[in-house]
Amino acid sequence: MTVTVRIPTQLRSLSGGAAEVALEPGTVSEVLAALEAAHPGFGERIFDPAGAIRRFVNVFVAEEDIRFLDGADTVIADGQVVSIIPAVAGG
Amino acid sequence: MTYASGLRCRECGHDYEIAPIYTCEWCFGPIEVVYDYDAIRAAVSREKIAAGPDSIWRYADLLPADGDVAVDLGAGFTPLVRADRLAAALGLGEVWIKNDTLNPTNSFKDRVVAVALSKALEFGFKTAACASTGNLANSVAAHAAHAGLKSYVFVPADLEAGKIVTTAVYGGNVVAVDGNYDDVNRLCAELAGAYPWAFVNVNVRPFYAEGSKTLAYEVAEQLGWETPDHVVVPMASGSLLTKIDKGFRELHKVGLLDREPEVRVSGAQALGCSPIAKAWLDGADTIKPVKPSTIAKSLAIGNPADGYFALDVVRSTGGAMAAVTDDEIVAAIQLLARTEGIFAETAGGVTVATLKRLAEAGVVRPDERTVVYITGHGLKTLDAVVPVAGPTATIPPTIEAFTAAFDVEEQ
Repeated sequence: MTVTVRIPTQLRSLSGGAAEVALEPGTVSEVLAALEAAHPGFGERIFDPAGAIRRFVNVFVAEEDIRFLDGADTVIADGQVVSIIPAVAGG
Repeated sequence: MTYASGLRCRECGHDYEIAPIYTCEWCFGPIEVVYDYDAIRAAVSREKIAAGPDSIWRYADLLPADGDVAVDLGAGFTPLVRADRLAAALGLGEVWIKNDTLNPTNSFKDRVVAVALSKALEFGFKTAACASTGNLANSVAAHAAHAGLKSYVFVPADLEAGKIVTTAVYGGNVVAVDGNYDDVNRLCAELAGAYPWAFVNVNVRPFYAEGSKTLAYEVAEQLGWETPDHVVVPMASGSLLTKIDKGFRELHKVGLLDREPEVRVSGAQALGCSPIAKAWLDGADTIKPVKPSTIAKSLAIGNPADGYFALDVVRSTGGAMAAVTDDEIVAAIQLLARTEGIFAETAGGVTVATLKRLAEAGVVRPDERTVVYITGHGLKTLDAVVPVAGPTATIPPTIEAFTAAFDVEEQ
């Protein structure tokens, strides 16, 4: 029972260079808390001081933006992939 | 030379050296170029600019790339056209059209791409890439060809056929992705971490976005070094709008304007993709992403990265926003074409339809000098007007048939 969290380039120094981290399934909040526990430092990058996901951080579960799902309460099922991606500009 | 001295996070203020990075390592906020404005003030003058090339590179002192090694297809210095007939139709006074359809690949994207690829060459990249709703694809493919760079252009698979052809003709790689623009963008954000390419709207974005400032510089220069009272700007990510506001302010900062500009900035979105306009209309502080559904595909960014900054600019300058329907977009394309002889793509329809809405609401006033930014050519989105623009009559080749079909007053 694992989910895969893809680590963006900017944060790989926190994961020892790993591009992916395997964690136990749970909600987005739970999995990101587990990521902080496994690799301290992620929490303050992803969450603002009030505990909400920072406004320029986009979290995707199975390629879908969690703001279209249940936000931080979105359940990540066994085998699903979570991506943490900065907002990028368009054209 | 360039007077760019570093990079800084717009969200938390963290400083960085000049490098191909685009988000803050600390808060993921967008990164902006920092300039030595005192040095620019000492270097620039109206005369020096007037003696420069008829392109964005006349403002090289205010750009983050070195104008001497510029990738230059002639982007910028497009006409500013007085639009009295459009103004009369809308009950307005002094209206000008910044006709940016007349760029090398017929959209304002040539401005940003010229800066991005010039910087990419300085960084030593061999390949240019981008996620695009079409206009950027055209421009990256063309400028990459001109600069001798390889290119990979990623577009949504459902893009207008015309925009695929006008990208593929330049010979780079065109990758049609099953998904919308936000899917393509997410893919590119992940690819940017895996390939050593200059993704113009990802890792070169801080430099790329600065190219849009030239749309403010040119308008001020073309108005005799004065600024408009009000500008109406289309919004996709919101970057263009914030950079036009920044451009006017910079001109004053470096001594090119006599007075501090007070430009009201208003933003235009299509109702089928209006996350920024919705936040403005609701008075909300958060921007909720949407799944786009509009004919204005060049503005169809459901997750606008600069939306918060666009909201700030519009609120602080006393501007407004509107979200217009696809029918209003088509009608506005026709209105602009019929009153001024300028054929805009759907994004231009969004902008003119927004001007109309704001004029009717009394937000854009008849006593204001108003500039409307038309950022892409109508030939790019022919599908939108095919149902409403066709022959007035189809006749056999005889005078009788013609006179039967037309009651011509002027004999």
